[in-house]
Amino acid sequence: MKKWIIMLLTVVLGVIGLSGCSDSDAASGGDKDGKVEITYGFWDKKQVPAIEEIIKLFNEKYPDIQVKTEITPYGQYFQKLETAATGGALPDVLWMNGAHVVQYAEGKVILPLSEMAEKDNYSLDNYPESLIDLYTVDGDIYGIPKDYDTTGLWYNKKIFDEAGVSYPDETWDWEKLKEASKELTDKEKGIWGYAALMGNQGGYYDFIWQNGGYIISEDGKSAGFDKPEAIEALEYNVSFIKEGLSPTQAQMTETAASELFSSGKIAMMFDGPWMVPEYKKNPDLDVAVVPQGKKRAVSIHGLSNVISSNTKHQEEAWKFVQFLGSKEAAEVFAKTGTVIPAFNGTQDAWKESVPDLNLQAFIDGAEYSVPLPSVENTGEIWQYETDVLKKAWSEEISIEEAAEELTKKANEALSK
Amino acid sequence: MKVSSLAKTRKRSDYFWAYLMIAPTMLGLFIFYLWPIVQNFYFSFTEWGAFGQYEWTGLDNYKRLLEDAALLQAFKNTSIYIIFTVPIGIFLSIIVAVLLNQNIKGKSIYRTLYFLPVITMPAAIAMVWKWLYNADYGMFNYLLSLVGIEGPQWVSDPKIALYSIIAVAIWSGIGYNMVIFLSGLQGIPKMYYEAAEIDGAGPVTVFFKITLPLLSPVIFFVSIMSLIGAFQVFDLIFMMIGKSSTALESTQSIVYLFYQHAFVLNDKGYAAAISVLLLAVILIITAIQMVLQKKWVHYD
Repeated sequence: MKKWIIMLLTVVLGVIGLSGCSDSDAASGGDKDGKVEITYGFWDKKQVPAIEEIIKLFNEKYPDIQVKTEITPYGQYFQKLETAATGGALPDVLWMNGAHVVQYAEGKVILPLSEMAEKDNYSLDNYPESLIDLYTVDGDIYGIPKDYDTTGLWYNKKIFDEAGVSYPDETWDWEKLKEASKELTDKEKGIWGYAALMGNQGGYYDFIWQNGGYIISEDGKSAGFDKPEAIEALEYNVSFIKEGLSPTQAQMTETAASELFSSGKIAMMFDGPWMVPEYKKNPDLDVAVVPQGKKRAVSIHGLSNVISSNTKHQEEAWKFVQFLGSKEAAEVFAKTGTVIPAFNGTQDAWKESVPDLNLQAFIDGAEYSVPLPSVENTGEIWQYETDVLKKAWSEEISIEEAAEELTKKANEALSK
Repeated sequence: MKVSSLAKTRKRSDYFWAYLMIAPTMLGLFIFYLWPIVQNFYFSFTEWGAFGQYEWTGLDNYKRLLEDAALLQAFKNTSIYIIFTVPIGIFLSIIVAVLLNQNIKGKSIYRTLYFLPVITMPAAIAMVWKWLYNADYGMFNYLLSLVGIEGPQWVSDPKIALYSIIAVAIWSGIGYNMVIFLSGLQGIPKMYYEAAEIDGAGPVTVFFKITLPLLSPVIFFVSIMSLIGAFQVFDLIFMMIGKSSTALESTQSIVYLFYQHAFVLNDKGYAAAISVLLLAVILIITAIQMVLQKKWVHYD
């Protein structure tokens, strides 16, 4: 008798254990109470308040579509997506960047939106052309632009005042940046004039372009890191560290430069508009346009919202993406000062959201901006940049050696 | 005749029940452990593209293993990590266990304190230690600066970063081993100690002649488990050494390299080959330990 009870229990427990997975699958479909639940995947925690507000507005229009947010830190975001895409478990709607869109579109894990846009008369003219181009693969649009970002020269007014240096403006060039860094650096107080970041956007890419170089050739077949213009730009970057005007690479990996900057240890650094929610908390900080080299240039990039091809609720997902790309949603991003919305004409509201900061600098930058290069293996090339350039930044190898090694590796990735 | 056949069926039905009882666990083991190992072995002969597409490339990945300088470096790093963490960790935890097995005041408080790191998330431990180690604002260098010493860059100097990680690993591993040793110590019959006392043996003699030999099966178990665990070190390195850190090459372990290839570079076939190699190495070393144990482990 007892045995039978135990056996029954064993079997029942086993069945419950196994059915656990399939059960939750049905739940995520969520058609039970007439409501459809879609998931929205993104990486920036700072944008949560704005996104929540947008979802609230969206639900006023579509009360039957529930949106569940899934935040994954940027460091793991694309690793998680890759695995999720392989298993057919991507969020229904998700953020995409320029570096990965070609790969995802060609891998057919995200949906082309052109047909749906045409059917619904959804106009793509509301967004900057460069961003639409960025998300167009083989003639089809895959992502609806959400925001864009250029780089600005952030600076700490208090450090400038104490050192008696005038604030940066559009007349600044490379020489002036160097000169000011020297004046602002104060070893006694532990203040560096400038943070020579090892980052591509808002870092060496901007300098390479300003010096007349290029990252990836127009035919997309070769990298330009070993061209004299690029080498000169990289050397200019590292010279700040060599001359003690910037924290070393080791110091900046131990404590993020943005933390050093917001705590008043760094006088100037390049950073994007995505730092506005963070930096606006410190009244000493302001921003100016980046200094010019041989010419004016700054990198531009923008995110977009895409729909995964494994979604079971394509229609609802498309409705949500349309809403995310709408003027209404753009205005939420603008008035909360979260990011520069991509929807044409809403940028002014963004600028006015934080009147204490000279946010016009970012909008000005868009005029002479260069889009971040996007090829199928961009992600891989970025990894090589980190692997190789960090050795140059920490002065283990010379810039020439690093440029040569990096170009070789990048060219291999491009020829795949 | 009749009786023995009855006993046989009785036995058989006992087995049936036994198997039924462990079936859920076995099923889980097959689905979540053994099957992935088989798959992993298969994938080690393939090359991966984006989103799960792969093609058979035979022994290519294994040929690559032989020429990979980064892999050699990772093996070197992992070996250094093992050579320091395993013996020192076992030695310290035996000491702590023996001390906490005495009748001292507040011993359960001490035991809890030593065990705390075990129930803490490794990631949290790594984050806290990363701050302690911070070259400019960390506590260690602050304390050193009080006595006029300029502290090193604990986690970004390639020469010492690995040792900084080893120190954290030893610290966080003591509690777990200590609990196992404590239970081993408490399994040693009191009469041996009483006999030793009557014979007038000192504490050192007692430790080496009674405690250590009788603890040897536990030491053997702990050393096998620690070695396997040390071979698979990943989280501390991942959390404490930044991706753009100059100390990454001199600290990355085999599993870290596996992670890089599998999830960052999306080179899953090669990553699978690395894990097969790691499995083989762990198997061989565990087998050697099994053979050697006859020489020093006393089971009675």
